[in-house]
Amino acid sequence: MSENYGEIVIAEYGHPQVEKPEGREPLGVLFWICVGWIGLNLIGAIFANVLPLENPLYENFTAINAAPSLHHLFGTDEIGRDIFSRVVYGSRISISAGVGSMVIGFGIGAPLGMLTAYRRGHFDTIITTVMYTLLAFPAIVATIAVLSFWVPRDLFKIIVVIGIASIPIIYRIIRAATLSVASRDFIIAAKVQGASDRRILFKELLPNVAPILVSFLIIGIATVVTLEGALAFLGLSVNPPTPSWGNMINEARSVMAQNPWLVIFPSLALCLFLLCLNFIGDRLRTHFDVAEVKI
Amino acid sequence: MVILGNAYNPTNKALLYKQLGLNKPIIDQYFIWIGHVLHGNLGTSFISRVSVDSTIRAALPIDIELIVVSQILALAIAIPLAMRSARKPDGPVDRLLSAGSFTLLSIPPFIVVVFLVLLVSIKWGLANTGPSAYVSFGTDWIANLESLSLAAITIAIGSFTLYFRVLRSDLVATMQEEFITMARSKGLSRRRIMWRHAFRPSSVTLLGSASVNIGGLLAALFVVQYFLAIPGLGYELISAINTSDYLLVQGIVLVVSVGVVLVNFIFDFIINIVDPRISRE
Repeated sequence: MSENYGEIVIAEYGHPQVEKPEGREPLGVLFWICVGWIGLNLIGAIFANVLPLENPLYENFTAINAAPSLHHLFGTDEIGRDIFSRVVYGSRISISAGVGSMVIGFGIGAPLGMLTAYRRGHFDTIITTVMYTLLAFPAIVATIAVLSFWVPRDLFKIIVVIGIASIPIIYRIIRAATLSVASRDFIIAAKVQGASDRRILFKELLPNVAPILVSFLIIGIATVVTLEGALAFLGLSVNPPTPSWGNMINEARSVMAQNPWLVIFPSLALCLFLLCLNFIGDRLRTHFDVAEVKI
Repeated sequence: MVILGNAYNPTNKALLYKQLGLNKPIIDQYFIWIGHVLHGNLGTSFISRVSVDSTIRAALPIDIELIVVSQILALAIAIPLAMRSARKPDGPVDRLLSAGSFTLLSIPPFIVVVFLVLLVSIKWGLANTGPSAYVSFGTDWIANLESLSLAAITIAIGSFTLYFRVLRSDLVATMQEEFITMARSKGLSRRRIMWRHAFRPSSVTLLGSASVNIGGLLAALFVVQYFLAIPGLGYELISAINTSDYLLVQGIVLVVSVGVVLVNFIFDFIINIVDPRISRE
């Protein structure tokens, strides 16, 4: 009892030392629902050809423009292809574009950002100047320009182009995040103790930058999925008949007045996926209490 | 081969290569192109035989009109709503608006425009709003605005979510400053405090976010023009890619990139004027 009493007194002086049972803001139920939905999408994308789905390219002329039913969960399109199976297969393109290009972007941008922020000096000045110059150039235009000349377009090229185009912005975010950590006392203490650069980078800096990295990685994937969708919508992503969420919406344009389901289902799949990813990224950021990185 | 058609033979081919300058090394070709560009000559399309700068000159005003209309629309909605939200942070209105803007953030422009067309042009049957309904401003300005309305609304929704979120969090932070308490204790009205004391410092943040917004704005612009067949730069760019009209692609990419860099530069300049502290940092 006396201990409790003491704590309350301290709290009254304006220094609430009483630790909350959970120091961090809880993630909440909605967060886990979102994680579950993303997980379900991932399972669908990975195991699409094992799951009992109709062939997304099979044209069943006996069931054209069918409305959603038990047999065709999302209905069929104007040449009788099963929309549900096309939406599931379509997630493969979007998800692999998002994950693949972020692996390239973070794989190059993040180590570079951490290294320059830690080392500083001429190396930092040169790399940062180059990156900021590239940032002035609109990445979307660069992506479209490269993809327009680099034909025939396939998933690999799209991943490479978007991945490289994303390096400058990732570099900037990670560099800014590392800078704010690198000047803190415990880094100086580690240096004074004679810790090697490698040790400081991996054991001291990385754990502190990791939360920012993870939350921006998730938001980055959402951004690329949007971008790939837009490119597919413009006809600049993988070629039909391979389904992707973006090109399904594009292909359905001409018949959407007669069969709006063709537009509604891929759009819904894309929006739910993005909403969940954005929510997870946002929640993680507040959970880890990441102060807004100045960009 | 495409250009010569039936007249294709080795002599004509050599002649054409000479005319087009294709007999010179690629580096020379690049510098010749740059030289022409600096003189304001972007070349003539091989496909349509129309000069690239006349195509761009016809398309650019449409883009500018779309951007201006959509940004005014976005700001006109975002500013009052952000102020309403910041008045009681975490109140029911704020929670609703924040959740709403977060949801809108996850709906890409190409889906917004498809559903707007589905609802407005097809379900409600409003004339002049669907794809390929574009009327030029000179012909009939009311029909022009009608034909651009869905495009402008789509772009505005994307910009609105960004402006609203940035301005709201900035206003919430500003409202806790001491000078706001001071203004309140002087008995100033809530409206006056919001506009004169809180909004003015936040407008710098808003200007900053506007220049960050350009990438998203371009993506929305391209998608909307492609879908509604509005002959702006985005539409011309995508059709040029589809017809392999590389000279036109080059020209448009150049103009758009230079435009974006210029706009960024102007924004930085304005921000420095509005908030002199920034250049001193």
